[in-house]
Amino acid sequence: MKASARTQTTALERLNARENARPRVAVHKFSSCDGCQLAFINAGEALLELAQLVEIVHFAEAGPMDPEAAVDIAFVEGSISTPDEAERIQAVRANSRFLVSLGACATSGGLQALRNFNADGATGWTEAVYAQPEFIDSLDTATPVAEHVKVDLELWGCPVNARQVFQAVRQLLFGVEPVVDKDKLCVECKRQQHVCVLVAQGIPCMGPVTHTGCGALCPAFGRDCYACFGPAENPNTASLARRFDGLGLMPESVAQRFHFINSHAPAFRAEWLAWKERS
Amino acid sequence: MATSALFLPRSSVDSLFDALRDQGFSRLVGPVARDGAIVYREIASAADLPRGMRDRQAPGTYRLETQHDGVRMFSWANGPQALKPLTFAPREPLWRCARDESGGLTFADVEREHEPTAVIGVRACDLAALQIHQQHFLESPYPDPHYAARRASLFLVAVHCSHPADTCFCASTGDGPRAESGYDLAMSELDEGFVVTAGTDPGRAVLASLGLGAASSLQREEADREVAAAARGQGRSLPSRNLKDALYARLEHPHWDHVGRRCLSCGNCTAVCPTCFCHAEQDAPALNGESAEHLRQWDSCFTAVHSYMGHFLVREETRLRYRQWLTHKLGSWHEQYGRSGCVGCGRCIAWCPVGIDITAEVATLMESGDAQP
Repeated sequence: MKASARTQTTALERLNARENARPRVAVHKFSSCDGCQLAFINAGEALLELAQLVEIVHFAEAGPMDPEAAVDIAFVEGSISTPDEAERIQAVRANSRFLVSLGACATSGGLQALRNFNADGATGWTEAVYAQPEFIDSLDTATPVAEHVKVDLELWGCPVNARQVFQAVRQLLFGVEPVVDKDKLCVECKRQQHVCVLVAQGIPCMGPVTHTGCGALCPAFGRDCYACFGPAENPNTASLARRFDGLGLMPESVAQRFHFINSHAPAFRAEWLAWKERS
Repeated sequence: MATSALFLPRSSVDSLFDALRDQGFSRLVGPVARDGAIVYREIASAADLPRGMRDRQAPGTYRLETQHDGVRMFSWANGPQALKPLTFAPREPLWRCARDESGGLTFADVEREHEPTAVIGVRACDLAALQIHQQHFLESPYPDPHYAARRASLFLVAVHCSHPADTCFCASTGDGPRAESGYDLAMSELDEGFVVTAGTDPGRAVLASLGLGAASSLQREEADREVAAAARGQGRSLPSRNLKDALYARLEHPHWDHVGRRCLSCGNCTAVCPTCFCHAEQDAPALNGESAEHLRQWDSCFTAVHSYMGHFLVREETRLRYRQWLTHKLGSWHEQYGRSGCVGCGRCIAWCPVGIDITAEVATLMESGDAQP
């Protein structure tokens, strides 16, 4: 990065000036259930190993608190759904060299992005749920981090796969750009030799349009993929939706298949709309 | 050369399994009904075989049905698997490396010992595909040691196909329904038992240890009749001749777009295809960066990265990915292996989630005499 000629340096510039120090890592939380942070916490020994390789400076759920620290790698969990978060994500970006969106909420807006389809935003739900809705200061939309700041790497999943997260960290420590497999889930499902639930049981599985990464968890147990890893590259949602229609799903049900954890992802949003209009 | 036909009574199938174990094939893999399909798993005895099971296959659909009075164990056509996962593993390490004291890397080969395994119920189409894979993996200046070790561990018991599915077309490609070669033992299933022949010395050794009597001429005729009927009963067909020129003359045919609108580019067809062999390699480093495994795993010409080179995708659009698959399988394959890459098993038709039918797509492409729409 270009050295600054100014006398007053930014936190990032001071970070870049350090030599031979362990990379600094932060895990930030926005609107989310904290489940993706568990990818770190549940990792057990691997987390201890990680703590030797990097300096974890901010990870509120695990202990360290320094939300404004400048870091080499920032993991961001959660979507942007309050005015405060919209400001805070700008600060996180300014203080981070490499920013990773961690999981469905941060990457596509998550389950809470369903509010984006409400004409009155979150208002109706806020009034229905909370006794004193005036205390809730919420945006009308829940949006992915990438709609606010530049994201360097997207890790999908609800929750993310710990193996994928640690692989990305390892690649960053090697100094290479992490590569994330964007193939359809079917490719991995077939490697594991699971019997296709769509073909053999007529279950409306989302695997053929869904981003791989989970390890084909649901089909391993004979149930359909519900696309928690979001759209794969080149997803032919129109063809799969027609197949669901052929299986006997009503247009409303076809629409619902695309209107769940990653409803705000453009490919799923478009297919939902197409079938919503038919229902 | 096959030996004379012997008769194995239905009640003696377990004696065959014991004889295979006695000959050193301690692991038996055979067809079982599981998760709604015929799949190949480790079996212990004839009781594990899918007795009375029938399959119903159509584009994008596969269903298993039980016939309550059925005694036969092989009255079905192929499920999603073939020999492929047993010889060309879906994912396997090729080598390992570790950082040594001087900071350099030390490379180590992987263990390639596989338990001797007898595979029960191999079909003619799968043997034809095996022959192609052997050509690809073994008959080259650089034989693949991983494939070679897995292949060498197998003893193959073929069962001639008497119940093709609606999706089968092996008769038109010349690869079935009778298993002509490549097996150790081959069996025809009749109601009362099996007509068995040996194709190799290990096969003859197994048969000799069983002390079976000769199959009667009636039994042999009935077995032949069933295979002939299985060939006649196939409704689909595909030209087995070299389609390279014909397909290459139609590279801009509008039908590729038509397929592209239906195709999910999900790779299911290539995963179930017994001849598809494309793979990707990747490294799996340990978190501490001190060691790594180099893995080979099944890939597909339907994935984006398969055509990635120098910062761009050669085949971004679905129609180009399907075109690549078909023109290789039925066209340029002839140049590489002297035959078509399709053995007529029909798996890509049944296991395509949206039921794209290779025989129908080829027929449509060939309908028009020239490349112009």
